[in-house]
Amino acid sequence: MNNIEKKLLEKIADLHTIPSGAFNIRKNGQAVERQSTKDIEIIPKKNKSGIDIVIKPNVKNKSVHIPVIITVGGLNDLVYNDFYVGENSDVTIVAGCGIHNKTCNTSTHNGIHSFHVGKNAKVKYIERHVGEGNGTGGKILNPVTKIIMEENSEMMLETTQLEGVTSTIRKTFAKLKDNAKLNIQENLLTTDNQTAKTYFKVDLIGKHSSVEVVSHSVAKDNSYQEFKSDLIGKNECFGHVECDGIVLNNSRIVSIPMIDAIDNNASLVHEAAIGKIAGDELIKLMTLGLSQEEAEDTIIQGFLLG
Amino acid sequence: MLKIKNLNYSITENDTVKNILKDINIELKDNKIYVITGPNGSGKSTLVKLIMGIKSPTSGDIFFDEKNLNPLSINERANLGISFAFQQPVTFKGLKVRDLLDIASGKKNDFNSLCNYLSTVGLCAKDYINRPIDDKLSGGELKRIELAMVLARNTKLNIFDEPEAGIDLWSFDNLTKIFSNLKNSTNIIVSHQRKILEIADEIILLKNGQIVKIGSYKDVLPMIENNVCNKLRGENE
Repeated sequence: MNNIEKKLLEKIADLHTIPSGAFNIRKNGQAVERQSTKDIEIIPKKNKSGIDIVIKPNVKNKSVHIPVIITVGGLNDLVYNDFYVGENSDVTIVAGCGIHNKTCNTSTHNGIHSFHVGKNAKVKYIERHVGEGNGTGGKILNPVTKIIMEENSEMMLETTQLEGVTSTIRKTFAKLKDNAKLNIQENLLTTDNQTAKTYFKVDLIGKHSSVEVVSHSVAKDNSYQEFKSDLIGKNECFGHVECDGIVLNNSRIVSIPMIDAIDNNASLVHEAAIGKIAGDELIKLMTLGLSQEEAEDTIIQGFLLG
Repeated sequence: MLKIKNLNYSITENDTVKNILKDINIELKDNKIYVITGPNGSGKSTLVKLIMGIKSPTSGDIFFDEKNLNPLSINERANLGISFAFQQPVTFKGLKVRDLLDIASGKKNDFNSLCNYLSTVGLCAKDYINRPIDDKLSGGELKRIELAMVLARNTKLNIFDEPEAGIDLWSFDNLTKIFSNLKNSTNIIVSHQRKILEIADEIILLKNGQIVKIGSYKDVLPMIENNVCNKLRGENE
């Protein structure tokens, strides 16, 4: 692995060396290294590109890394990854894609991830997306995440895209059964002429199921972001969506909420706030000695990573 | 150390010019405590915001160690050695107590130093350093963290705009002790409170945007109007 590839892996998966647990590293449309463990099996799909990640029941405190890196231009990568999380398991899954494109041809990664979260299982899913390389070719990432959560399961989805992705369409669909609990934290930064569109659809099917979606996004320069959320309460359940956006320069953020309490006992809340960095926050940090630019960076960093 | 010369500040409201501060002249000495007091609307907060550069004067000059502050931005003044604790502490989304104390002190602090800053204001570091500075903290907690940031900066001139406002269960005695212990700096405190006025080396009494008296607690007390007197007698707002 060369330096560019190593740096990409560090950025998207915090990987400095080959991980000790289960992992699958995909490079330029091909699996390059894979390791299963006695608890977590990674099986390549036979009829299409991708893998099945099978986590046995009762597996606790284990992690799986499945990073994807693309270092060439002109590649259109499509991959299907299916996760089967066994009952009573408690695992961390680290995914993400980094594109380093120094050519004038666009590279795209479409990662279709499906999660089947077993009863009483807990999953932390960390997904990071990065684009880099000074070629004029686009770096496009279009992830789709489909989640089915069984009774009493919990999932934390932490998705971050902080630099260099030319355009992204991110779709998440989830179905929650009784007492299932889903937390989604999205952190997005767009610059230049980049676009990012996010769509969440969560069906709260089960009694006492709950979802919390928090999106923190910053749009700079001429970039454009769109946040659409769609919560559907079909039982006695709770859903909360918070979309907070900071706009700088000529950027634009559009937030389109939809909440539908089909069951009268559903409690669904949507909050959205979009605007410039508050003047008093800048002034406070400047009284501590930071220049206006440093204060802006500090506020944005805290907002996205805090 | 701080010299204010012929300072005026006015605003225009509905085509009418309103003079908020009129011909302010003061000279502050090193390592003294100055308390600015006066009725509501007398221009106390405006005066300290002009010193920090949060507002710009209509005319006049402010010199800090002989350097004219007029052309300097807020952060340039901060880096010369001026600190400012806000009357209404600012909240953030995502920044934590630790982050702000690190920025204030200009270094990455270890747990012990964070503990020092926070325990001085009556907070336990392990409960607070990783708390976001947001509206989940009470007004009193935010106020004390605001004070801790000034302590962490360790600057030559500290300005406190109504530090007592909203200080919850924490006692006034602790607050005044902090000011009395700041020996190696000049402190300007905007306050109505008797206990704070008592520790002043000099009190600056403002009324209708003008200085009506500069003097000791004993000198100034008879001149304070009834509404301020009430507060001084402990009948707090």
